[in-house]
Amino acid sequence: MRSSSDVGNIHDALAAPRVPVLSVRDLRVEFDTRRGRVRAVDGVSFTLNAGETLGLVGESGCGKTVTALSLLRSVPAPGKIDGGTIEFEGRDLLSISERDMTRLRGKRIALIPQDPLTALNPVMTVGDHIVEVLEIHLGMRGETARSRAADLLSRVGIPDPRKRLDAYPHQLSGGMRQRVMIALAIACEPAILIADEPTTALDATVQAQILELLDEIKRETRMALLLITHNLGIVAGHCNRVAVMYCGRIAETASAVDLFRHPHHRYTAGLLACVPRLDRQGKGIFFTIPGTPPELTDLPPGCAFASRCDAVTDHCFSERPELATTDGSIMTGTTSHLMACWNPASLASSDAGSDHQTSARMAVAYGRAHEKSDA
Amino acid sequence: MSGTFTRYLAGRVFGLLVVILALSAVVFFLMHQVPGGPFTFEKQPLPAEQMANINRKYGLDQPVYVQYFKWLWAVLHFDFGIPFQSPTETVGSLVQRAWPVTIIVGVITITISYTLGILFGITAAVWQNSWIDRTVTFVATLGLTLPSFIIGFLLVYILSVKLRWLPTGGWGKPQQLIMPVIAYGLGPMAIVARYTRASMLEVLRSEYVRLARARGLPWHRVLFRYTLRNALVPLITVLGPGIPDVLTGSIFIEGMFSIPGLGRFFTSSAQFRDYPMIMAMMLLVALLWGATYVISDVLYGLADPRMRVGGEVR
Ligand SMILES: Nc1ncnc2c1ncn2[C@@H]1O[C@H](COP(=O)(O)OP(=O)(O)OP(=O)(O)O)[C@@H](O)[C@H]1O
Ligand code: SF4
Ligand SMILES: [Mg+2]
Repeated sequence: MRSSSDVGNIHDALAAPRVPVLSVRDLRVEFDTRRGRVRAVDGVSFTLNAGETLGLVGESGCGKTVTALSLLRSVPAPGKIDGGTIEFEGRDLLSISERDMTRLRGKRIALIPQDPLTALNPVMTVGDHIVEVLEIHLGMRGETARSRAADLLSRVGIPDPRKRLDAYPHQLSGGMRQRVMIALAIACEPAILIADEPTTALDATVQAQILELLDEIKRETRMALLLITHNLGIVAGHCNRVAVMYCGRIAETASAVDLFRHPHHRYTAGLLACVPRLDRQGKGIFFTIPGTPPELTDLPPGCAFASRCDAVTDHCFSERPELATTDGSIMTGTTSHLMACWNPASLASSDAGSDHQTSARMAVAYGRAHEKSDA
Repeated sequence: MSGTFTRYLAGRVFGLLVVILALSAVVFFLMHQVPGGPFTFEKQPLPAEQMANINRKYGLDQPVYVQYFKWLWAVLHFDFGIPFQSPTETVGSLVQRAWPVTIIVGVITITISYTLGILFGITAAVWQNSWIDRTVTFVATLGLTLPSFIIGFLLVYILSVKLRWLPTGGWGKPQQLIMPVIAYGLGPMAIVARYTRASMLEVLRSEYVRLARARGLPWHRVLFRYTLRNALVPLITVLGPGIPDVLTGSIFIEGMFSIPGLGRFFTSSAQFRDYPMIMAMMLLVALLWGATYVISDVLYGLADPRMRVGGEVR
């Protein structure tokens, strides 16, 4: 049932004209730490199109959050963006003034943060938070702002919104606070919404509701959604395109269908093939690959995945593969399928990508991610 | 909300009175256990008969518990007895004469040192690692490590002896307040500045401040609405306990600058075994501490919604 609506989703997006609202090129972020220089983001490029969802996936620590925060120029110290361009509405966000950037933050580009429990000011009410954003970005005042704030709360599925405006953050559950963060993020109808694992803290039922909600808002306002997750089921169910990150770089990027049909990069193939496990809280299914990624302070000269890869060759150790198209890869629509691997998986085995297998994989991944909510 | 609050406050005040009552009994009995007494042969070489007369006059010949209940009964009628060290007046009139002096010095000291401490702490945190920050840290370290009487000596030496700007001591002219207030206030100021700085830095690094910026709120707004309030609330627990200390005076400061305050009576009363005065001072200190704690808790509750009695909003 769900997977049929997902396919509908994908077709919607394919039909929509692709208007890039954001182009990131060769983004680099480094953290100067006591243990050395951490290259958290190392030459990342991608585009975001209006009305579509780009999934950003990868293991913990691969640089998803740092990439997201860079788009707002809000990387925490000692992090520093030290290269690349971020083009948005005809300007490079990395070269505009702090004043101009402040005007864009929360208004044109908004963020739903990873951890909703520490995201709100404990001495301000929920209403104070929302009204403040409406005042500053949209110039709303008084009762207008308050009723708009209440509308937003009911929009994100918070019951009794008028009363909740006067609640303090500690009086709300994690799920409610996450909804408040979403209300704050969509308050100004941004062109770009970055959702950084918007559902990890939540149980499966709430998780499904919130993802539905984001899809709905996206359809209504044609905003672009950058959805960060390490849950491939969510990717299968909610993303048009996917970028797989590994050690601060993009290992592979493709449309969701292509990625599940023909995973090229050995890391992606591993993610799709390996045994799903319940995560610690039992709240979702995560796919793990044996071994751990190398330290970001001490990346090898070749492919960062080499130490964990089954298909590793000498070439992989000596030269770093760059993101590129492959002959034999299938181009769907205008989305190119790019990967950074010397020995791509589906080129070796020709039968890897039947349609039947692809949709089965997607359905399995999606079903697993949501099975708790269906039970 | 206000109903719960009144009940909460009444409970706290009642608890405080019970504690003070118990404390007064303990102090009273211990005080009488300490060897020596107000009228001993070493202090006044009088014949035994006359000594007995004096002791009888002040009721010191009776069992301690009888003395305690007599004292308690009198205190409930606001009669605190006669200070042995100054028998021409009552304890009440002595405290009324000496305490206002201490309060004046104390209130000025608290106001100035806390205000400056908070301002310096905020400045140091906002411009972390700047020269301002380093200066504040240096002065704060001085204030914390140097005892107030050494600061007092230094001040007297520099400002009075060498530069001859200020009188060495005395009471009655405003300029006579300058040195005692500095000597007395540097310590509290240092503590408050350091605490404010640490608290500010913690909040500045917090997730909700970073995310407020990421929502496009201007810096000044984030500073006032997100940082200051959250950083200053925990300060209440540091500011409170300093107050009773300063309001009861310091023998060092008052002695050094010849201030006719209450401070010196803490030691003199103990020396004289001046029972009524010891008990009066004990009551004063206990009441001040108790009141400070109740007021701190109430303020904390008002400032931090998480601490508010009652829980749910409206
Ligand atoms: N404040 C910081 N100081 C130093 N290094 C940092 C800091 N924040 C992030 N990093 C580095 O950047 C890397 C990427 O971090 P990031 O938070 O983007 O990971 P992530 O992909 O979002 O992981 P997760 O799935 O756990 O949220 C980390 O491995 C870490 O080494
Ligand atoms: S480049 Fe080599 S090591 Fe890296 S993923 Fe591909 S095959 Fe494996
Ligand atoms: Mg993250």
